[in-house]
Amino acid sequence: MGKTKVRKMLFILSKATIENVYAAFIMANGARMEGIESEIFFTFFGLEAIQKKKLEHLRVATVGNPAMHIPTMLGGLPGMEALATKMMKKEMEKLDMPPVSEFLEILTDSGCKLWACKLAVEMFHLKKEDLIDDIDGILTVGDFYARADQDNTHLLFI
Amino acid sequence: MIKTIKKVDIHVNDEGYLTDFSQWTKEIGEEIAKEYEIEMTDKHWEVINWIQEQVKTNKALSIRGIKKSGVIDIKQFYALFPGGPLKVSTKIAGVPKPKSCI
Repeated sequence: MGKTKVRKMLFILSKATIENVYAAFIMANGARMEGIESEIFFTFFGLEAIQKKKLEHLRVATVGNPAMHIPTMLGGLPGMEALATKMMKKEMEKLDMPPVSEFLEILTDSGCKLWACKLAVEMFHLKKEDLIDDIDGILTVGDFYARADQDNTHLLFI
Repeated sequence: MIKTIKKVDIHVNDEGYLTDFSQWTKEIGEEIAKEYEIEMTDKHWEVINWIQEQVKTNKALSIRGIKKSGVIDIKQFYALFPGGPLKVSTKIAGVPKPKSCI
């Protein structure tokens, strides 16, 4: 029984850095927890979050990210990304944030729909079996807009 | 705020959550469930008991915790308590609304 004025949240995830992927996941899960429908459209680099071989190896961006407070030159050194990622994952675990694969399970179990972008799948030469089994399908932009064509629906680009 | 359920005055906050768990009874839980058009079954109560147990032992409630609870899986949880399962079930259980974002 949804009584919220917002009925549906659609997220477009275009990036594969941990902070962006978690932002999309937390917002999509949060919507379900409030009784709001939610869906995520994975496009471009966002597709890494639903690729079986890549989803557990997402990283934090240490270069070009002023909020990391690491000088750009240092951020580019070998091992920096891995180190920063390890530290961030540790902090996330403390807050009981699930790893990517478990989070994807929680999302699908919660009724959040997961879609892969057709154009991006073709561009990266991906096959259906490269993607997790839990996705709901591969869509064109038009298909995705059709899913947004309802009252009180919001689209968010991450 | 005071809310009258089954002729009993209950202390609730502005969202309708009980502020004094000692006032909670099964009948009150049932009445709150009705507001959400939920007819309580044994499975519902099993979940409510588990939630109350978690709160009593100061464990934070989250959807991940539900997954690990061994009492219910997430799909069932959404099916039993539609419209925001953790929000609705905690209100029925007479415990505070969870503050976690996950």
